[in-house]
Amino acid sequence: MSMNRQETEQLIQEVLEVYPEATGKQRAKHLMANDPTLEKSNKCIVANKKALPGVMTARGCAYAGAKGVVWGPVKDVVNISHGPVGCGQFSRAGRRNYITGHSGVNVFADMNFTSDFQEKDVVFGGDKKLAKIIAEIDTLFPLAKGVTVQSECPIGLIGDDIEAVAKKSAKEIGKPVVPVRCEGFRGVSQSLGHHVANDSLRDWILHNRDDDNSFESTPYDVAITGDYNIGGDAWSSRVLIEEMGLRVIAQWSGDGSIPEMQTTRHAKLNLLHCYRSMNYISRHLEEKYGIPYLEYNFFGPTQIAASLRKIAAHFDDTIKANAERVIARHQPMQDAIIAKYRPRLEGKRVMLFVGGLRPRHVIGAYEDLGMEIIGAGYEFAHNDDYDRTFKELQDGALIYDDATSFELEAFVERLKPDLIGSGIKEKYVFHKMGIPFRQMHSWDYSGPYHGYDGFAVFARDMDMTINNPCWKNMQAPWKRAGAETLQQVA
Amino acid sequence: MPNVMLRNNAAGELTFYITKKDHEETVVALEHAGPGTWGGEMELSDGSRFYLEPFAQPPKLPLTVRVKRL
Repeated sequence: MSMNRQETEQLIQEVLEVYPEATGKQRAKHLMANDPTLEKSNKCIVANKKALPGVMTARGCAYAGAKGVVWGPVKDVVNISHGPVGCGQFSRAGRRNYITGHSGVNVFADMNFTSDFQEKDVVFGGDKKLAKIIAEIDTLFPLAKGVTVQSECPIGLIGDDIEAVAKKSAKEIGKPVVPVRCEGFRGVSQSLGHHVANDSLRDWILHNRDDDNSFESTPYDVAITGDYNIGGDAWSSRVLIEEMGLRVIAQWSGDGSIPEMQTTRHAKLNLLHCYRSMNYISRHLEEKYGIPYLEYNFFGPTQIAASLRKIAAHFDDTIKANAERVIARHQPMQDAIIAKYRPRLEGKRVMLFVGGLRPRHVIGAYEDLGMEIIGAGYEFAHNDDYDRTFKELQDGALIYDDATSFELEAFVERLKPDLIGSGIKEKYVFHKMGIPFRQMHSWDYSGPYHGYDGFAVFARDMDMTINNPCWKNMQAPWKRAGAETLQQVA
Repeated sequence: MPNVMLRNNAAGELTFYITKKDHEETVVALEHAGPGTWGGEMELSDGSRFYLEPFAQPPKLPLTVRVKRL
C-alpha cells in the first residue's frame, strides 16, 4: 500500500502545519515525494544546510566526521583528540571498526588518546602540552606510523597553532604528524569533517612516499575506499574482490594503515563504496595519479552481482570470467537465504534515515527480500547524493533531508512502517512506539552486512527484528481484546 | 574565481565540479574544444556560464583549474 506522489505531498503539508510559518517554509524545502525520472536534485530538494534553531536534528559535528569516521579506523596512527576529554572518550570504539593487530603495540584505533584540556590550557594555550604529548607517544608507542591531531572546538576558539607544533614535532620524531582542523563548530554537519579529513590525508600523508618505487604492482591491483569495516564489512567485501583474481592493496580506512594509503597510487582502479565521505580523496587520486574511481554497492545479491560485473568490466577477460564464476558460486547460497527469509518478510514496509550513503545503498538488499522502501532520508547528504537516490527509490516514496525528530515521528505515526532503519538516537523512541527498529549505522552491534556473507547476516537480522514475538506484547494483558472473559474465568 | 575540477564521466561527457558548492554539472558547450586550443567560454547544463583561460593543447583530465563566472 504505497502512496502516490500527491498523497505524499499532502502528508508533508499536514506535518509541516505544526511549525511557525518561517520554519515551515524552510523545512518544506527539505521534504519531497520521490520522482524517479528526475536527474538533478538541486531544483527540488535543499540539502547540506544548517539545521534550524529549536528543532531536534540527528546530525553530528565536524570532529565526528574527521576523527570518528575517516581517521578513526586507521589502525597504525595515534589519533590525539586535542581538547577536553569527552569527545575522544565518547567516540572511542563505538563504531566497531574492526582491526587486526595487537592493541597498544601496533594498532591504536581502539584506544583513546587525549590532551585533556583544563582551564589553564584554555587560558595559556595548549601548544606546549601538545608537543609534549607527541614526544611521549613516540616513546611509549614506537611502532605507531604517525600521529594526528584532531582538534576539538576549543582549539579553534583560542587560536592554537597546531600546524606549527605538528611540523616541529614531525621533524623531532621522524614520522608524519597531521594537524586536522576539524573543530566541531565548523560546517553544518559531520560532512565537513569528512572533507577536512580527506584534505589532511591529501596534504600530509598521501605523497610522502612518491619517490619510493620499491612496491611491485600488478595489473590487477585495486584499492577499496569508503569502507570502514563496521562489523567486518571490508573483509567480507575484500574476499569477493580477491576471489575475482584482483589484489586489494589498500583499504580506506577500515582496517587500513598509513603504508597502504601511500601505496594506493599503484592501484589500477579505486573502488569507492561510501561516496559521501571519500569522494574528495577519490577525485584527487584520479587527478594526481590517474586512478579512475568506480562507485559500487555490496548490499544484497542483485547489487553485488551488478557491481562485480561493473568492476570486472575494467579488467581483461580472465577477470570477467572470474566474476561470473564468483557470482555463479554464490548464487545458490543466496537463493537459499532468500527462499528462507523472503516468505517471512515479503511486503514489509521500511523507512530509512541514515547518514550519507546507506539510505540508497541498502534499498537493493531490502528489495531482494521482497520488502518495500516507503521513505528514505539522509542526515547530512549533499545534492549529488540525492541525484543518485531518485532512481533507486520507488515513485511517490517520501524523502526527508535532515529530518527533525518531530517530523520523523509524525511520518512514522502516519505511514506505520513495519521496520525503521536509523541510528541510536532514534532507536528507543520507535521501540516505545512499538515499531521494529534496526540501527543502520552500526548494524545494531551485528554485521557484517556487505558482500554475500553479509547478506546472510542482514536477512537473519531483519527477520529476527520484524518477526520478534515481543511486538505482539506491546499492550498490557488486561487491556487486550478479550481480557474481560479472562477476568471472568479468573 | 572558483576552483573547479574538470573530468570526463563514464558516458564520456565533460563534467564540471565545484567541491565546496557540490555543484556538479555537465558542460554542454565549450568554445574551443580542440584539437589545438582548448577552453574559453563554457556553458553548463543548468544554464550558467564560465570562462576558462584556453590551453594550447587539450589537457589531461581530470584537472583542477580556476575559472571565471560570466
